[in-house]
Amino acid sequence: MITREEVLHVARLARLELAEEEIEPMARELSAILDNVARIKQLDLEDVRPTSHVVEMTGSLREDVVVPCLPREVALSQAPAVGEGGFLVPSPQA
Amino acid sequence: MSAELLELTASQAVAEIDAGAVSPLELFDFYRERAGADRDAGAQGLGCFTWVAADAPETPAGVPLGGVPLAVKDLFCTENVPSQSGSRILEGYLPPYTATVVSRLQHAGASLLAKTNQDEFAMGSSTENSAYGPTLNPWDRTRVPGGSSGGSAAAVAAGLAPWALGTDTGGSIRQPAALCGVVGLKPTYGTVSRYGMIAFASSLDQAGPITRDVADAALLLSHMVARDPCDATSLQTPAKLELPCAEGLEGVTLGVPGELTGEGIEAGVLDSFNAALQRAEELGAAVREVHLPHAPHALSAYYVLAPAEASSNLARYDGVRYGLRAEGAEDLLDMYTRTRHDGFGPEVKRRIMLGTYALSSGYYDAYYGHAQRVRTKIAEDFAAVFEQVDLIATPTAPTVAFGLGEKTGDPLAMYLNDYCTVPMSLAGIPAISIPCGLSQGLPVGLQLAGPAFSETRLLDAAHALERALAFDGAPARV
Repeated sequence: MITREEVLHVARLARLELAEEEIEPMARELSAILDNVARIKQLDLEDVRPTSHVVEMTGSLREDVVVPCLPREVALSQAPAVGEGGFLVPSPQA
Repeated sequence: MSAELLELTASQAVAEIDAGAVSPLELFDFYRERAGADRDAGAQGLGCFTWVAADAPETPAGVPLGGVPLAVKDLFCTENVPSQSGSRILEGYLPPYTATVVSRLQHAGASLLAKTNQDEFAMGSSTENSAYGPTLNPWDRTRVPGGSSGGSAAAVAAGLAPWALGTDTGGSIRQPAALCGVVGLKPTYGTVSRYGMIAFASSLDQAGPITRDVADAALLLSHMVARDPCDATSLQTPAKLELPCAEGLEGVTLGVPGELTGEGIEAGVLDSFNAALQRAEELGAAVREVHLPHAPHALSAYYVLAPAEASSNLARYDGVRYGLRAEGAEDLLDMYTRTRHDGFGPEVKRRIMLGTYALSSGYYDAYYGHAQRVRTKIAEDFAAVFEQVDLIATPTAPTVAFGLGEKTGDPLAMYLNDYCTVPMSLAGIPAISIPCGLSQGLPVGLQLAGPAFSETRLLDAAHALERALAFDGAPARV
């Protein structure tokens, strides 16, 4: 069972604020889902190689040459706040 | 003429335009009016669209897709056209560029008709997780169209768009196609560029066509596949895709995995599936039982891997560069956490939490590492079966379309929709859903899957079977 403290810890890691009324249902639902997926732990897979990606490929990096990219004003056009040619954000320390 | 336009498949419409019998503008206006009427009807409509074009783009003569209008799932970035991925956190977002697959199709002569509704960030199996309201199933408006590409599937089924783009991570093209009685194809992972697709789970996400028939799926796909320098996981496909023409199934062996055709599949769905297998045998196919021993564990592995990737991908929604920002934050961290609280819906929050938990210190090996090993076993199971048979056949979804609200309170019940489609996603192999009959008056989907890059064979077999089954989609057209 996932505890209230675990939910709050994971939410902090995920940079996600949860309202008080979201915490208990989240603990209950995560517990139910994790109980269910935990069945795979019964499989003996010790010698099995993990698959992170189905496409086996290497060396797909492009040549390191400068190519045109989005103009600054276009890149900034969807931002909630801009200033001095950059993204404007609140101070890290209040 | 209008009734006749509605009867045309997209491929037939291309042919009519080529022959000069229909003008691209006439066809575009016809569909724009239909799509616009659904949009204007609000809650009285089907809720297929989040945006509908105001004007027809210019169609140069001689383009291979003739200017035939195309509906595109909301999560494809389209320049200066709202692209919100069904989320409040991207409300009003106007991308500065267009997804590679969409621009390729536009270049080939597809005209952007509309953006379609979807579950938020493609997380869901009913399109009820959209921040912009649900989409209804045109066969029965009290039921869901499936998801997450529910807007695309419902639009094609209802004749509000000739064809559409969807995306599939664990079944999000195939399951809504099944529930709406249309064709949906998830191509081999890597064959279609993901550049400009708003990401959910990058090792699984793949764009594909949702169409009225198999020929349309093949035609649309043939203009989608290409290596894209902007997507390092995209591949050059080894052989050119051929348009399907098979009428029989002689020499084709279909494998039916016991693990995906037994417990948990609704009786009416199984009846329709078994009847379709019988038609396949009449067409000359050999049908035999096969085994995918790890397939029953696919869902568990998927619900670790996909949320883990999502929790990383969705870290970008922080209120800095685009989308929503919560007002009145005390400091930067407060701005992040409140923006994400306000902008994400319940299912997305659940998956971010699940994924963050599975990746967190002390749990990584037990959940994520283990799920990656299950993924290996699933891919090995498929490889072994494809030594014995050409294609695998299963029902696409365990049930027909279910009632609106029926599963929203129970995430695990909702996740079971993906039971038959997730194994192929984990293995990265192509799979198509075609309508194979009705149960309780609602469409049933049959899924065919093949080895990586077997799209030509897969589409050929689906084409032959489609002809023999002669499913009638007309009752869903509005």
